[in-house]
Amino acid sequence: MNGVDFGHRVVVARGPGPLSVRFGARTALVCAGLGLTALAVAVLGLGTGEFEVPPGEVIGALAGQGSGATRLVVVEWRLPRVLLALLVGAALGLSGAVFQSLLRNPLGSPDVIGFNTGAYTGVLVTMLLVGRDYHQTAAGALAGGLLAAAVVYLLAYRHGVHGFRLIVVGIAISAILASVNQWFVIKVQLQLAVAAAIWGQGSLNTVTWEQVPPVAVAVALLTAGLLALGPRLSLLAMGEESAAALGVRTERTRLLYLVIGVALTAVATAAAGPISFVALAAPQLARLLTRTAGVALAPSAVMGALLLTTSDWLGQRLFAPTQLPVGVVTVSLGGLYFAWLLARPMRKAAP
Amino acid sequence: MRLSARDLTLGYDQRPISEHLDLEIPDGRLTVIVGPNACGKSTLLRALARLLRPSAGQVVLDGEDIHAYPAKEVARRLGLLPQTSIAPDGITVADLVARGRHPHQKLLRQWSERDEAAVVNAMAATGVTDLSGRLVDTLSGGQRQRVWVAMVLAQETPIMLLDEPTTFLDIAHQIELLDLCLRLNREQRNTMVAVLHDLNQACRYADHIVAMKAGAVVAQGDPKAIVTAELIEDVFGLPCRIIDDPETNTPLVIPRSHHANRRNDVRQPLRR
Repeated sequence: MNGVDFGHRVVVARGPGPLSVRFGARTALVCAGLGLTALAVAVLGLGTGEFEVPPGEVIGALAGQGSGATRLVVVEWRLPRVLLALLVGAALGLSGAVFQSLLRNPLGSPDVIGFNTGAYTGVLVTMLLVGRDYHQTAAGALAGGLLAAAVVYLLAYRHGVHGFRLIVVGIAISAILASVNQWFVIKVQLQLAVAAAIWGQGSLNTVTWEQVPPVAVAVALLTAGLLALGPRLSLLAMGEESAAALGVRTERTRLLYLVIGVALTAVATAAAGPISFVALAAPQLARLLTRTAGVALAPSAVMGALLLTTSDWLGQRLFAPTQLPVGVVTVSLGGLYFAWLLARPMRKAAP
Repeated sequence: MRLSARDLTLGYDQRPISEHLDLEIPDGRLTVIVGPNACGKSTLLRALARLLRPSAGQVVLDGEDIHAYPAKEVARRLGLLPQTSIAPDGITVADLVARGRHPHQKLLRQWSERDEAAVVNAMAATGVTDLSGRLVDTLSGGQRQRVWVAMVLAQETPIMLLDEPTTFLDIAHQIELLDLCLRLNREQRNTMVAVLHDLNQACRYADHIVAMKAGAVVAQGDPKAIVTAELIEDVFGLPCRIIDDPETNTPLVIPRSHHANRRNDVRQPLRR
């Protein structure tokens, strides 16, 4: 049905009138496969713990059947945590794809522009001056992260923002903030330092239902924003001039992507604390499977959701009954990922 | 005249490169801009393509200031092959050429029959149909440049701007690419503007040549009428002779030898 050989299978669906959609068959299959796997892990996560529930009963409980006790455990206690893992994972995957594409660097991630260290500073300051309940810490993380990102952006701005400059300025600001954080932790009272350190590991251990809706709404809105921008992210990856010549308002579009990317990280960090590695690895791992040109948004989101759900389940089960914070699991996986990245033969650099 | 520059002042950081520049691009012809390094020819091309906002004056496209149009509307009328473009890692030829259709596409109109026809035609016209499913990274320099031209062609714009399209090509591929541009211009009657470094190629292929020096247009017109030894010496500071190109009867620039009077000294091996 297609007159062009794209070198891979491309599906074109034409609807009524001028409507038409084009997508790679392989990408769609990979997204579906990863999505189903993530859901399977989610069902597994809902069923395991001190109170074991077989997968069939888990699905029954989700559909509103089964005993009250089962429903209480599955829906009230465990479901919010699993949903949040899916949402936060998807948000991290998306923001990673945005940053890696904009910076044209597989090591690009929101951490690069100082977001996580800034969020940590924000949390420390909030705990010290305001209080340390969930909402206060989340607000502190948000403010700190956004402030750090804004400072990095402004310092890196010179006739627009370019990848390399942003990375260098981001590393510098992160280093400064990291030492500020260190100083805080040494100076404040022990109790507060421990509370901050627990937040700093990134965890879903204390998630309750009331935390889910705001995150779900924010992630949905930001995803809609990304969809509305269409294929512009991949056009920007072709260089400033090519993108502009194809009708992309480059400076404005790049700023929009940066804002959405930072906002996605902000939502994730406010909800679960700093979780590293997912934003970094999800886009690249997804790309290995889809073989798309450059990183793509949808597969990165599904891969992020799968990675975080799996990590959280491993964190709960690996040394049960001891619960590892999910951030610790992702950091360990991140080490393996880097080892694999280094061991892989160097790719030929395209001119 | 669909594309022209009126009283244009161009520059970066308040550092003017061109001031009060006027230029009209003849429709349906192949115009070549020549000039020494840093004379502002690429800057002019960027301004003509709406990539650079002039600090004064305006670029007029179809009777209106080019900055008054939405970006996508400009991209439907005017295409640009920049000096440097980045082919995303792992992209196939057809995928890259298809990206040229962006100005004609919408969020839910991602691949019309016209998009498909444009991509098929562009690949056929540039002779890359057989490479269609190959990865761009695996192509030779000449093939890759043809793919980029195909992408601009798929944009189906009546005006095409090319910034030094032959720079990284060997002589055979340079001629191949220029022949391709000339053929496209003659067959599709679109307006082409190219920045070229090689004066002899410029004279051979241009209907209209624009010579620039220090940000100003020094001369323009039919190469046969305006390219003289005086002009080349004035613009490039190169003493030369102009003879007839035996192939095309266009001007051929022969640089004078500084050693013309002492040729024997130079040509003979050094003696102790």
